[in-house]
Amino acid sequence: MAAAAVAVAEPKTKYDRQLRIWGDQGQAALEKASICLLNSGPTGTEALKNLVLGGIGSVTVVDGSKVEPSDLGNNFLCNSRVNKECLGQSRAQSVCSFLQELNDAVKVKYVEESPGTMIDTNPSFFSQFTVVIATQLPESSLLKLDGICRAADIVLVAARSYGLTGLVRVSVKEHCVIESKPDHFLDDLRLHNPWTELKQFAKSIDICDKDPVVHKHTPYIVILVRLAEKWADAHDGKLPSTRQEKREFKDLIRAHMLNVDEENYKEAVESSYKVSVTPGISTEIRQIIDDSSSEVNLSSSDFWVLVAALKEFIANEGNGDLPLEGTIPDMTSQTEYYVSLQKIYQAKAETDCLAMEHRVKNILKRIGRHPDSISRAYIKTFCKNARKLRVCRYRSMEEEFNAPVISEVQKYFADEDSCFAMNFYILLRAVDRLAANYSRLPGIFDSEIDEDVPRLKVAAVSVLSDMGLNGTSLSEDLVTEVCRFAGAEIHPVAAFIGGVASQEVIKLVTKQFVPLMGTFIFNGIDLKSQVLAL
Amino acid sequence: MASPDAEAPPPTEPERWRDLDILLSRPGNLVHATFQPSPGLRDDIGSFVEVLVVGAGGLGCELLKDLALSGFKNLHVIDMDTIDVSNLNRQFLFRVQDVGKPKAEVAAKRVMERVSGVNIVPHFCRIEDKELEFYNQFQIIVLGLDSIEARSYINSVACGFLEYDSDDKPIPKTAKPMVDGGTEGFKGHARVIMPGTTPCFECNIWLFPPQVKFPLCTLAETPRTAAHCIEYAHLIKWDEVHTGKPFDADNAEHMQWIYSEALQRAELFGISGVTYSLTQGVVKNIIPAIASTNAIISAACALEALKLVSGCSKSVLNYLTYNGLVGTHIKVTEFVRDTDCLVCGPGTLIELDTSSTLSEFIKMLEKHPKLLMSKASVTHEGNNLYMQSPEVLEQMTRQNLSIPMFELLKGASFVTVHVSGMAESNGNKVSSLRKLRVLFKGVEEASKMDTTESS
Repeated sequence: MAAAAVAVAEPKTKYDRQLRIWGDQGQAALEKASICLLNSGPTGTEALKNLVLGGIGSVTVVDGSKVEPSDLGNNFLCNSRVNKECLGQSRAQSVCSFLQELNDAVKVKYVEESPGTMIDTNPSFFSQFTVVIATQLPESSLLKLDGICRAADIVLVAARSYGLTGLVRVSVKEHCVIESKPDHFLDDLRLHNPWTELKQFAKSIDICDKDPVVHKHTPYIVILVRLAEKWADAHDGKLPSTRQEKREFKDLIRAHMLNVDEENYKEAVESSYKVSVTPGISTEIRQIIDDSSSEVNLSSSDFWVLVAALKEFIANEGNGDLPLEGTIPDMTSQTEYYVSLQKIYQAKAETDCLAMEHRVKNILKRIGRHPDSISRAYIKTFCKNARKLRVCRYRSMEEEFNAPVISEVQKYFADEDSCFAMNFYILLRAVDRLAANYSRLPGIFDSEIDEDVPRLKVAAVSVLSDMGLNGTSLSEDLVTEVCRFAGAEIHPVAAFIGGVASQEVIKLVTKQFVPLMGTFIFNGIDLKSQVLAL
Repeated sequence: MASPDAEAPPPTEPERWRDLDILLSRPGNLVHATFQPSPGLRDDIGSFVEVLVVGAGGLGCELLKDLALSGFKNLHVIDMDTIDVSNLNRQFLFRVQDVGKPKAEVAAKRVMERVSGVNIVPHFCRIEDKELEFYNQFQIIVLGLDSIEARSYINSVACGFLEYDSDDKPIPKTAKPMVDGGTEGFKGHARVIMPGTTPCFECNIWLFPPQVKFPLCTLAETPRTAAHCIEYAHLIKWDEVHTGKPFDADNAEHMQWIYSEALQRAELFGISGVTYSLTQGVVKNIIPAIASTNAIISAACALEALKLVSGCSKSVLNYLTYNGLVGTHIKVTEFVRDTDCLVCGPGTLIELDTSSTLSEFIKMLEKHPKLLMSKASVTHEGNNLYMQSPEVLEQMTRQNLSIPMFELLKGASFVTVHVSGMAESNGNKVSSLRKLRVLFKGVEEASKMDTTESS
């Protein structure tokens, strides 16, 4: 019995530090996910290493190459003190034996095949995976792969290290996030529009009680609900909105203090702006609700069914508001008052959630699905996070390359920080174009660097002109730098790029937090890296 | 390409380091002014540069790998911790069978097993246990730590080596650069500290606000959250019940006791949310940590270390923050030095009478408003004037206490000394190191010049 307990407890302990971030749900999603890696150079293997440590379900490495001397200088995973042991071995195999050593709970497999060939000859191979991580692939292969992955609704994360630069790009038609877990978010207290139960509770407490112990333990929610009402009574039913009014409202709060050191009143003054927050729905959520996907049918995802229900809720039970989140922050208070307030917020959240559940069932029936086919837990999580929903849509690489949004591109070129990133973006594409013509990367031979600089510039100008950006000039320094880099895969840069790629995979698989929107361009020169949404 | 013989010879170093050498051997326009590209640069770095990695945890493991694959061959790593099961989700050099072994030793061994030619010396001890001179042998100190106190200590040690000329200008060759990384969940930072030029850790200490503690009266009288109930059991109830028996957070029975006490208290007050996991989190102040963030931050630090020694590109100026919660957000901020900084500045000026004894000097440090340092040990140019511990050193240096400082410092009028002891920081007593400039009253100005030049 004791042995069984240890076996069960072990992953909990091992993954403790990450479970505190993404919870059991997130971990379960990771353990179900299968990842395919194309090319097992340092960029790809460092990404996989981070995922294997975290307990990803399975990884499959596709690489047809053998371990070469240069792998021993930049790839920790196919290294060994006795260099001869690994040299000439399958790189995929060599990398996988180390990955397996890291975590025996992960299924580690490899296919000795060149990624380019796999893309060309066996596109259906990719449909078995949750995410494909494509590293160090030229644009032509990447374009094909993107088409394959999109058609099969598989997430593609492309990563490339190139000297002191590199990029990570996410591509998937649509990624919907319920638990976006933003860092700072306003509490959902509804002080501008308290419901009956909250108002009644606030009324039941005498905020003018002269007993100092009671007075300094009245939670600020109660103080603000009462004083906002008092204010509204004196101002034609309106809440403080101008700067002057907000200042006067703070004075009104201060006037009710018995002592200057009453923490609850200080908190009330600090939180007084919460009375004046614009009621209703944010632009971001409004956009989601108004999206055409909220016109649901049999093929709609659960997420969009919930959005459809949300739309109905707002127009009916919600009276223009979203379902209540149902939690309150800690605040100075007597235990009894605080716990009562918690219950009042929870009860309202449960009522809202129940109304949503009812609407979801009706919608499901209407579109021909079983009314219980979306779990109560899912609906609850959705309601709790209704203010934080995120829908990320990515243009296909083909669209990005063939139909760039000129105004965006020009905006990036005009901005000092993004301009560097934009230069790298163009130059990394130019490198592939040059390589297609000369069958080698620019700068690969010391003797030809001087000739390669103008060649790379010509290639870059042709990329720009295809984008409809004739006359945009590139940084001479960066053209020279990219020639200098000659495609070198330097370990710390690869570890950085691979690290970012793995972080994005985690967010995409757990469906928590917000993934990278566009292309992340690493700037290894002064580290001022940027994201380009192209 | 070498033709694959049946018995392939080991690769030559240039073949192996092809990618790195491209960066180190070719000139560029966006490089550091000191950059001298050459095919031999990697060899020089390997032969002449020694780097210390402080911490062999989530960042330290990554750093050792990254540095070993960036051309560094002489590395040291210092860490006082042993391996725990909860490290295995990110500290990739450790395996289940290593649990309980010293982190520094296992990490050094694993990297040496895989990267030939690199030598890593592990130090399984506290950072305070090392002599100051130990830290002086390194060209760069890279910090992979999770505590403010440890960062602050190493920072004061490294800044302590910085000397100033008679015009109060830092002397560049005495500056010991540091690269510091830190992570928490999906967020992290990486910075380069060049003492005397860019802000040191203490100049921007406000970037690391102290942890908020709950008022004891809240815990005792008006608990509202699960954390309040846990801290009540931890900080109040434990001592009431276990008189004299100290609480040990690593003892599972102790933790279980806290958990059940917290649970009882929560039930009594109608508070929900006490779990065993939350209990551990609150009591041990656990910072969530994942492999990817550590990999990203360490890679940035290793790259900066490579740039510092080679000049192959510009250095980050001077503080990078990474946030992966929403997209991949990187921001670089150029912070400025605090010219009055007690740690990286020229040193706190102390005026002494030529008759003041070492013992009087030590007593004065306790009262000095900027220092408030108790139990001070005093060193001058690596010589111990007085050491509080260990006992052997205390006995050896005790006789100095009654001797005037002026005499101990061989009649120099203006001298830099280092003092270490317990000083106040954010209301806590922490071990600190301070640089002091001692000026003896009434001694000629001319000799001031002499001493600073000869030091």
